[in-house]
Amino acid sequence: MEFLLASAVGVMTAAGIFLILRRRTFPVILGLSLVTYAVNAFLFATGRLALNAPPVLNKYEDVAYTDPLPQALVLTAIVISFGMTAVIVMIALSAYLTTKNDHIDISVDKKTGEER
Amino acid sequence: MSLFLIAALPFLGAVFPALLVRAGRDAAASAAGLTTFLAFVGLVIHAPAVMRGEVVMARFDWIPVLGLNANFFLDGLGLLFAGLILGIGLLIILYARFYLSREDPVGQFYTYLLLFQGAMVGIVLSDNILLLLIFWELTSLSSFLLIGYWKHLPEGRQGARMALAVTGSGGLAMIAGMLILGNIVGSYDLSVILTQKEAIQASPYYLPALILILLGCFTKSAQFPFHFWLPHAMAAPTPVSAYLHSATMVKAGLFLMARMWPVLAGTQEWFYIVATTGLVTMLIGAVIALFKDDLKALLAFSTVSHLGLITMLLGFGTKFAAVAAVFHIINHATFKAALFMSAGIIDHETGTRDIKRLGGLRHLMPLTFTLATVAALSMAGIPPFNGFISKEMMLDATVHAEWLDSPYIVAALAAVAALFSAAYSFRFIAHVFLGKERDDYPHPPHDPGPGLWLSPAILVTLVILIGLFSKAVAGPLVATASSAVIGGEELPYYSLKLWHGFNAALYMSIAAVLGGVILLALHRHLERFWNALPRPEAKAIFEGIIGAFIRFSRWVTDRLHNGVISRYAAIFVFFTVGLAWYAYATGTTGLPTRPTLEAPLVPIIGWICLVAATLAIMWFHRNRLLALVLIGVVGLMVSMAFNYLSAPDLALTQISVEVVTMILLLLSLNFMPTETPVDSSTRRKVRDAAISIVAGLGSGGLIYALMTRDFAFPSISEYHLANSYSGGGGTNVVNVILVDFRGFDTFGEIIVLGIAALIIFALTESVLATNVRAYLLNRKPHWPQSGDAHPLMMVVVTRVMMPIALMVGAYIFFRGHNQPGGGFIAGLVVAIAVLMQYMASGFAWATERQRLPYHGVIGWGVLIAAATGLGAWFNDLPFLTSDFGYVHIEPLEEFELATAMLFDVGVFLAVLGAVMLALESLSRFAWQPGMVSEHAMDINPMRDDPPSGAAEDKEGQA
Repeated sequence: MEFLLASAVGVMTAAGIFLILRRRTFPVILGLSLVTYAVNAFLFATGRLALNAPPVLNKYEDVAYTDPLPQALVLTAIVISFGMTAVIVMIALSAYLTTKNDHIDISVDKKTGEER
Repeated sequence: MSLFLIAALPFLGAVFPALLVRAGRDAAASAAGLTTFLAFVGLVIHAPAVMRGEVVMARFDWIPVLGLNANFFLDGLGLLFAGLILGIGLLIILYARFYLSREDPVGQFYTYLLLFQGAMVGIVLSDNILLLLIFWELTSLSSFLLIGYWKHLPEGRQGARMALAVTGSGGLAMIAGMLILGNIVGSYDLSVILTQKEAIQASPYYLPALILILLGCFTKSAQFPFHFWLPHAMAAPTPVSAYLHSATMVKAGLFLMARMWPVLAGTQEWFYIVATTGLVTMLIGAVIALFKDDLKALLAFSTVSHLGLITMLLGFGTKFAAVAAVFHIINHATFKAALFMSAGIIDHETGTRDIKRLGGLRHLMPLTFTLATVAALSMAGIPPFNGFISKEMMLDATVHAEWLDSPYIVAALAAVAALFSAAYSFRFIAHVFLGKERDDYPHPPHDPGPGLWLSPAILVTLVILIGLFSKAVAGPLVATASSAVIGGEELPYYSLKLWHGFNAALYMSIAAVLGGVILLALHRHLERFWNALPRPEAKAIFEGIIGAFIRFSRWVTDRLHNGVISRYAAIFVFFTVGLAWYAYATGTTGLPTRPTLEAPLVPIIGWICLVAATLAIMWFHRNRLLALVLIGVVGLMVSMAFNYLSAPDLALTQISVEVVTMILLLLSLNFMPTETPVDSSTRRKVRDAAISIVAGLGSGGLIYALMTRDFAFPSISEYHLANSYSGGGGTNVVNVILVDFRGFDTFGEIIVLGIAALIIFALTESVLATNVRAYLLNRKPHWPQSGDAHPLMMVVVTRVMMPIALMVGAYIFFRGHNQPGGGFIAGLVVAIAVLMQYMASGFAWATERQRLPYHGVIGWGVLIAAATGLGAWFNDLPFLTSDFGYVHIEPLEEFELATAMLFDVGVFLAVLGAVMLALESLSRFAWQPGMVSEHAMDINPMRDDPPSGAAEDKEGQA
């Protein structure tokens, strides 16, 4: 199980970074989303894996609980990353609509010094 | 009144003029004046105790670990300065009300003024040097706003920038000096530092600390060679100049030197640095002032000169000189503020402050003439005014100062400076008021109304009273302030009298006055000579230096940043992996200690789905729609994994966030190209792939290593599990952590989320205000539009779903404290329910039925969360402490209520508002005229009339 999760984190990280290194805005947004999944899963896994042990206290039986702290951390991370994704999408969209260009790189004209 | 309140009042008061911005000058000035008056009264209440030699303290340990305590203390020196700041502040507030015109944004002015005043009061009352540094920087910032108040004047902006650059960089040097000082003593409290003279002066770090602190003082107090910013700051409105450059900002440096005098003064280094700088500044300022034609420039250089004088006195390091410095601080504040205000009156009433265009105002403005003349004679050091007494004390002190074994040089140079000082003071009187009346003033001059002359009149009265009855009027204050400067030791012999008998100081004084008269008589010839002299232009030099810095930083930036963002990302990833590899290769790694879990078939299938979808995204990412669908698969698999691995809350959150993210990305794709063109070479792709694979291997390997080992340190999670029910009243530990244990973090997070949504809204607003709107209106959609945009089935289903979805949201919310759920998830679920209505009947249709603006929903969310947190204060508990209890209402079962649930309501509203505002903003890009559907659905069998207009529109678009 640990191997499955670790390899999934690795694959998502690799794919995400590959997409982040593309030169148009949309793939970069996709890449950031993939990296977000990977990072969230990574943080979650720092609490170690456990099956059937949700951190919901059982008043009647003495059962095992998994680590609640990374879960709380990741829960807010998921929501915040939605906010950040939305901001980046908005920036990308505004940039595209204003310049009709979705290149991520700012290329500066060497002669005039103006951004193209 | 507590010292906290005195320091806080100006800041609190700063809010009112800003709010009263439309209420006119009277309202803004009254609000500012009232708070200043309150603070002044609070200060006066403490005066008797301080005069008795007590020190008023107010302590609050803020971050004791860092030594950062919000401690204030009020001793004689603090009383003197706080009195000057608040007292003259009151006069300035009155004066400015009548000086500023109707067109000026007066609310802003008073807000800036009070911010500045608060920062100054903070400096003089701080007991903690870190706190003092914060206030110090605040004065630089707020004075920047004040000096640049007339934003339309380029001189104003340049002067403000110059003042900020010079005083700000001095402030940075001072931070370093203060930290060194704090390290030597081992405490950042002034009351402790001031007792450690021997330790500080014996330390090898004494000299660096001294130089760095003095850099801060010299830049602030405009000492040579940093004096040039002050004259350029004269582009500010006159009330600002009168306030900043007579009593407050420039005196902050003097204050600090006086404050540190007990521990820093008395050494050779102190004497040679401080006294020499002061002497040079005094001389240079006085000479330049004589040749300035602008009234305010004359006063500015004279201020530079007088600041030099006080610096020099502090630099001598003798107790008598320190007393003279304190006395001259009072006197200079009174006559210089009066002079600035008089110059402002002249400017206001004649339309010019160029001395060359003035003259003969004696009979035209008799009142102003009287006020200005008394103040200027005091500045020249003529009896019976207060400037005479302190000048005599100064000259007396110079006679006893030896500079490099020469007993005469300091006295001689000081006498020359006094001579020039007398000359420019006489010139101020003679060339403005005396002489022939002219007929070419820009405005016909006359005396102003009482609003303008009252403030200088009060100050001039003080000038006369202190001169005549110095012992009775100023004596006690000088005594307490001086004894605070010299560290509470016995005061030296001094007498605040006009007549000291025939002594060296008197002869020097007489010579200075006579010389001043002669200089004035020769002024025309001297001026010709002066104008022929080559002089360095400080502004040009300053701008040259700044220009060089800008060129250098631009060069460095261009070297590092060529605008290729993907390259930055590649470099970042490369180095992160490299550092991780270095850490791995040099550290020690233990053997796996945890047994791994078995992997049954279903998780393996999920894993295959996830990996396949991820790889497919890489492969097919040029087809953007397909990539979006695939990323949905990945998100779904991640939520499944969370659920399987005992994280039901995460699974719920992930899956609902997934829905809104998909809607968001689909909406944005609507306006973007649907295909990504090929624009990287194969070589580049191979390079990127190599980087990515290494990073993926690294992160995967790291988490595998983590998961197969036990915790290296005891986890703090045990505490949360043990206390969740007993302390937080909930059994869902994740939710209790969010709303209770780490409630403050969550509070911050909902604010961040709200800000993100507001950014999106603001971006939309600004983009749609440009020609983008025209482009969007004429845009051809990527795909053929549906003929039935609001289909019956969808409308009916979403209407039926709405109450159910809301019920589910409520259920998830209420069970959140004890079972998986809570405010975050409920907010997302409700947002999706509302979004479905938008999708079913269209954006415009839904917007027409929207009652609450989403900004407000975010705001209420944050406010409710904050109010819940503040509620704890009323029970004397820290912010966000929660409470809970059990309620039993028949026929319901007993249930539990926690204040944390109210906090969760805040979270719920903030999340709901943020999600809706983000998506609503994005939807506005799609707005077209005539898009508002009259009916909820286009085709409705209950209706007889076919939607003819709508159908034609649709055809037209297609």
